[in-house]
Amino acid sequence: MNLQIRPILAALRRHKAGTVLIALQIALTLAIVCNALFIIHARLANLSEASGVDEANVFVIQNQWAAERPTSEVDAQVRADLLALRQLPGVRDATPATGYPLKGGGWDNFVTLTPDQVQPTTDAAVYTGDEHFIDTLGLKLVAGRNFRPDEVMVMGTGQAITPPTVIVSKALADKLFPAGDALGKSFYAMGATPSTIIGIVDTLHRQGVDPWSNSHAGQSLIWPARSADARGVYYIVRAKPGQLAAAMREAPKALLAQSRLRIFDPKDGIQDYATIRHKVYDGDRGMAILMAIICVVLLAITGAGIVGLTSFWVSQRRRQIGVRRALGARKRDILAYFLTENFLISGCGAVVGVVLAYAFNLWTVSHFELDRMSAIYVVIGVIVLLLLGQAATFAPARRASRVPPVEATRSV
Amino acid sequence: MFGYYLDLALRSFRHNRVLTTLMVLALGLGIGASITTLAVLKLLSGDPLPQSSARLFAPEIDPLGKDSTTPPERLWRDWGNLMTWTDAMNLLHARAAQRQAVMALTQTKLTPQAAGQHPFYSDGVMATADFFGMFDAAFQYGGGWSAQDDENRAHVAVIAGFLNDKLFGGKDSVGQIVRINDHDYRIVGVLKAWAPQPRFYATSLGGRGYGNGDAVFLPLQSAFADKMNPQNVNCFDTGIDANHLDTAPCAWVSLWVELKDAADAGAYKTFLSNYVAQQVSLGRLHHPEVNLPNLMGYLAQQQIVPDDARLQTNLAFGFLLICVVNTVGLLLAKCLRRSREIGVRRALGATRRSIFAQFMVESAMVGIAGGVLGLVFAELGLFAIRQQPAEYASLAHLDPAMFAVTFVIALVASLIAGLLPAWRACVVAPAPQLKSA
Repeated sequence: MNLQIRPILAALRRHKAGTVLIALQIALTLAIVCNALFIIHARLANLSEASGVDEANVFVIQNQWAAERPTSEVDAQVRADLLALRQLPGVRDATPATGYPLKGGGWDNFVTLTPDQVQPTTDAAVYTGDEHFIDTLGLKLVAGRNFRPDEVMVMGTGQAITPPTVIVSKALADKLFPAGDALGKSFYAMGATPSTIIGIVDTLHRQGVDPWSNSHAGQSLIWPARSADARGVYYIVRAKPGQLAAAMREAPKALLAQSRLRIFDPKDGIQDYATIRHKVYDGDRGMAILMAIICVVLLAITGAGIVGLTSFWVSQRRRQIGVRRALGARKRDILAYFLTENFLISGCGAVVGVVLAYAFNLWTVSHFELDRMSAIYVVIGVIVLLLLGQAATFAPARRASRVPPVEATRSV
Repeated sequence: MFGYYLDLALRSFRHNRVLTTLMVLALGLGIGASITTLAVLKLLSGDPLPQSSARLFAPEIDPLGKDSTTPPERLWRDWGNLMTWTDAMNLLHARAAQRQAVMALTQTKLTPQAAGQHPFYSDGVMATADFFGMFDAAFQYGGGWSAQDDENRAHVAVIAGFLNDKLFGGKDSVGQIVRINDHDYRIVGVLKAWAPQPRFYATSLGGRGYGNGDAVFLPLQSAFADKMNPQNVNCFDTGIDANHLDTAPCAWVSLWVELKDAADAGAYKTFLSNYVAQQVSLGRLHHPEVNLPNLMGYLAQQQIVPDDARLQTNLAFGFLLICVVNTVGLLLAKCLRRSREIGVRRALGATRRSIFAQFMVESAMVGIAGGVLGLVFAELGLFAIRQQPAEYASLAHLDPAMFAVTFVIALVASLIAGLLPAWRACVVAPAPQLKSA
């Protein structure tokens, strides 16, 4: 089968406006679809970011105190609460906390290696908990040891404490001590005294998911501190496998049996990790869905536009097609003619589209917190649009190939 | 003549149902997407207090230590008009502006007096007396407190209308006592609905940028004496004692001032520079730079509109552009198919101008139909946005101005789309078309 490029070009010269319009539409669609695909992929990647938490079994109780009490009384209540929670049949472990991974927002401290360092070495997400924190979240201790109960300090309302021991995430350990000898070393996290690294855990996501904190993603530290804040405390609870629902039912009852002077927000007082993850990534998911809808609708419109214009060309050229058929062209030659014609137009459109796609990407990079787009999205976009063009041309081209040779003799 | 063109256009639509539907649908989708995102963007970047925003200013200073290498512009972008208690109180008591107010946000625990009701948490504002007058907060009952109440640490409170409905069934509650964070406060005023959008005063204080109004308003010094905790505390030095925030090296209150005009603003900026210069010479502050943006300038500096919303608007207009190109193509195909009809009309005496007019009328009709459909799509889109959990979601709606913009965009888009086909139609030479008939 020989491709008849020259007659196609000759024909296209007589349909300049239509040709340019299809090419332009393909180019614009390509530019938007590539960028949308890129945004969708980036947002979906956020959605599946590992938290390090045993998310299937962990839930969080936001416990607000209903009456003001001195720190010692609050701490006694917290300890009694934790004892009650750990004794529940469906519960494996529980820890007090001031925050939890994927909570949104967060507590981040600057980290320095010396006390008088002006420029911080890095930022780290700060978690607090007792010796049950690591087991409750299901974190993997890869080096060193867990906290001992006697290392856990009490932290009153608004009190800034700097425990002498700390457990850090592997990402933070590697950032501070690239040689891999972080265990036993110490650093300063906005306190006057240093904290010595006694353990390293594998993955521990920061509390927020905002792009501004991407620069220190995964760098977290855990201080051995039990919050006795007069306002409230988070209890992170890990249920035994398969008993999450039961534990979530029983835990608030057990706490209220301890003391009724507390408030669980009816909206987000008790949340499992599926809910927490769902909530924190709402914006990302919404954007990905919106981009996907835009892509689909754009491709549909462009496809429909190509069908419309090609149908018109076919109906205009019925007589030429008849003549060609009468002169011996086979049906599939006619089909190939229109498909090739579309391929040439789409190809030109795609070339312009690639330039537009990169230009749009550069513009978004300079105006928004977005990265450069990798070539793979452009390649995918070009393939999708060329296939779309061929698919959209197919039906009218088939109609053209069915034009009978006798058409040549009509209405001359 | 116009009626005749309308009739011709309707006939042509009936003749090419699929093509016409496709054009109207594409244009409708493009317009719907553009209007939806535009409505959201307008909501997000709106003027929270249209009557007084030009007179409100946010004084910004740089309280960081002498080792700080952070450029002040960067600090102001991140912290806004946040300052330390000492600076805010000094500037408040200087009373160099017409009105001035210092404020912070706090979570307040409210304990209802009625038996059987549980305590609950609400959004609270700790502020000084001028807050209500400066920010156009009108009262349903009673009024605000005085500067004297501020200094005396009086236990008085203003509550929002919705909280009054909840606690007192909407009745005049002035003089009643509410228990806030285990302290008794006497209600002196109940606000009418007041929730400026964006919540310009809240963002630097750790509050959300959009959404419901605050529930409780307390005199700053009284609430601070009762140990209510501010929502956002930015400390910039070690040795921080969070229990003595009035002396700690921490920025956690913000100052807003009301100034008559530009000359007044210039004078205030000089005053602010002099104050900071004096503090620098005393060794309390270390950076002499000051800034005094007005409310809208402040919102621009804070980049309060989410990136996603701006990106979506740009994409939506790209989308509309593609829809217009698509419509041009389809209109062109449709009108070239009618060369014969045009030839006949031209031979019967129709001028080029009238052919051009005929096709423009046809495009305009596609545009109006697309506009109506676009309006339906925009309402659907905004309905979908209202179901989203974003804090501004519930406020998304189409206002009359947007309604008009829809039709202008639709009409302009379709007329632009119609230009090329109409021009092509009117240059059709009558003779060859008739010959081949």
